[in-house]
Amino acid sequence: MSLDIKKTYKLFIAGAFPRSESGRSYEIRDKKGNFIANPAQASRKDLRDAVLAAKNAHSSWASATAYNRGQILYRIAEIMEGRSEQFVAEIMAMESVSSKQAQVQVRQAIDTWVWYAGWSDKISTIAGSTNPVAGSFFNFTVAEPLGVVGIVAEEKSSLLGVVLGLAPVLAAGNCAVLLASQKRPLSAITLAECLATSDVPAGVVNILTGLSDELTPHLASHMEIDGLDLSGVDGKSAAALRISSVDNLKRVHSFPSEKSPERILSFMEYKTLWHPIGV
Amino acid sequence: MSDFEYAPAPESKAIANIKKDYGLFINGKFTSSHNKKRFETINPANEEVLAKISLADEVDIDKAVKAARSAYVKVWSKLSGKERAKYLFRIARLLQERSREFAVVETLDNGKPIRETRDIDIPLSAAHFFYHAGWADKLEFAGFGDKPKPHGVVAQIIPWNFPLLMLAWKIAPALATGNTVVLKPAETTPLTALLFAEVCQQADLPPGVVNIITGDGGTGAALVKHPDIDKVAFTGSTEVGKLIARSLAISNTPVTLELGGKGANIVFEDAPIDQAVEGIINGIFFNQGHVCCAGSRLLLQENIHDEFLNKLQKRMSKIRLGDPLDKNTDIGAINSAAQLAKIHELSSSGQAEGADIWSAPCQIPNKGFWFAPTIFTGVTQAHRIAREEIFGPVLSVLTFRTPQEAIEKANNTPFGLSAGVWTDKGSRILWAGNHLKAGVIWANTFNKFDPASPFGGYKESGWGREGGRHGLGAYLKGAM
Repeated sequence: MSLDIKKTYKLFIAGAFPRSESGRSYEIRDKKGNFIANPAQASRKDLRDAVLAAKNAHSSWASATAYNRGQILYRIAEIMEGRSEQFVAEIMAMESVSSKQAQVQVRQAIDTWVWYAGWSDKISTIAGSTNPVAGSFFNFTVAEPLGVVGIVAEEKSSLLGVVLGLAPVLAAGNCAVLLASQKRPLSAITLAECLATSDVPAGVVNILTGLSDELTPHLASHMEIDGLDLSGVDGKSAAALRISSVDNLKRVHSFPSEKSPERILSFMEYKTLWHPIGV
Repeated sequence: MSDFEYAPAPESKAIANIKKDYGLFINGKFTSSHNKKRFETINPANEEVLAKISLADEVDIDKAVKAARSAYVKVWSKLSGKERAKYLFRIARLLQERSREFAVVETLDNGKPIRETRDIDIPLSAAHFFYHAGWADKLEFAGFGDKPKPHGVVAQIIPWNFPLLMLAWKIAPALATGNTVVLKPAETTPLTALLFAEVCQQADLPPGVVNIITGDGGTGAALVKHPDIDKVAFTGSTEVGKLIARSLAISNTPVTLELGGKGANIVFEDAPIDQAVEGIINGIFFNQGHVCCAGSRLLLQENIHDEFLNKLQKRMSKIRLGDPLDKNTDIGAINSAAQLAKIHELSSSGQAEGADIWSAPCQIPNKGFWFAPTIFTGVTQAHRIAREEIFGPVLSVLTFRTPQEAIEKANNTPFGLSAGVWTDKGSRILWAGNHLKAGVIWANTFNKFDPASPFGGYKESGWGREGGRHGLGAYLKGAM
């Protein structure tokens, strides 16, 4: 007989898979109480490292062509497809759902990447404009990426929630620091392994596992995070996070669990440029 | 050739029919405030009292919000977009008809030159109503879904730098999208908002659709906290904007904020220098520098620094400061004693921190609040005058060597409202435009505004846009 090789679930920061600098981990168990894994328990320092990595990656990701970003997002779908069995197994273990239900979720998650891949070079056409000002000026408005977006993903469907959070943020040209579900973090880490092999530049996505009460306040107050997706935070905790996010006027949103172009535009900023017309 | 002297060309005050005192405009009528408290609004150019204004308290606010709610439920939300549009067109026309009166009253109450109120503030205000009137029956085509819905009752708080224009930026889109409004004008400049209330009466706007409550900061704070407000829109300082955002974080009431700025005006070596000098002057001295998107940091490419500064100082020496009602006047009065004190304080800090000050030689009137056009050279990025919004006619001059350095310095601020780029090279304009973190970028021009053009800031300059298709989102449910 040969023993299984069990996986060590670690963080994903700047394209690498470190353990928490704090050396901590925590246990997750299934519904019946069986041990599943010891994911890393990220610290505030890990979060700061993740934000720094995202910040450093932003200018080249934002200035990549939208066509290029679209291809990379599509590549993520391709790589996930090959790992779908592993996603199904992890979802079944964490969420105690049937294999059929898990398969549906994986299918939806992959399709979500494909959908957003196509948006990357279309969102500006839909959202931008030329503006007929009363004067001899050419005036146009474009939608630009915001910068670094913190995401607390919705955890009911742990893989789909993560993808619904990440894909629109990436399609817009933003970088992300994603906090995985405390109870169901495995999908996020396995997704990180897909991202690491999909030509997503290091630092564009950073994924932390750990205790949400410990990490979310730092996500909300960090002055280098520009936007926050609080879809995975319940109403009462969200209010406290919104208050501390005001320190640098983060753009804070929560979304229903479905894909939409609003999820892209919520983390974009409109820029308007004027230039005189003349000979 | 000898210099021509300018003879005074004052606009007559006779057209301004300012009443001795004003009530609050609630449910279509002027009513006295609950506590009978009053405050005075003065002409900052001579400190004479213009009128007594009612100070609204919680009871008045509640009355105004109830009037707005009732008007929303019973009248405004039942009206078709087509009919709402007609009211807005009427208002636009009334503003045009009474434009001279509005211009004079605005100049008296604010201190800004009549040339600006006549040519910019008032015509642009009318244009905002005209533009948004056209949207009222076309909202389903604006890209916010098939059935865009208004919020309901909107609380709006506006600043003193462009009193009527800021009112128009707030009220026109709110009404076009089907909301009703409780608006609070700034404490020091309530008069044109109260004149606007008369316009609402003349337009037969249903009572309660627009309510104007006057007061101080406490009035504004109480208004945004009223539990029956569905949306808040604020223009003012970043400090107050954050207070409002925090106070609404629990209820998660939608908020749009137009806040401060520290705009960089970048002049590259190949820029048309004379045009750029005019643009820099307009960028910082327009409206006494009381402009959130003012180009208050001048970034000069190092090799043109001396030549540019020389021309800039020469041009500044020709600026005419004085009677705001004089049609020749370029720079009027600072809006209030408090603002003047703030400008003095920051200007002193510039000297204390080691920058060199130069002010244009001009005669400062004996009465009123005045500050001569001033530039600081030798400014570093660490100086307070390079970091903090002065909101006055004070320009900080910095230098750069490479385009990359210019962008880095321009973006080195928590604000992100505006920026200017001066160069003859098209590709450089678009490159700089790409990299500047600002909501509005003027290339080879500055301080241009239009109702069709979205306005608003990145980073700590605010949330959301005003104007254009994008600005409508602020007043539609779930659309910002």
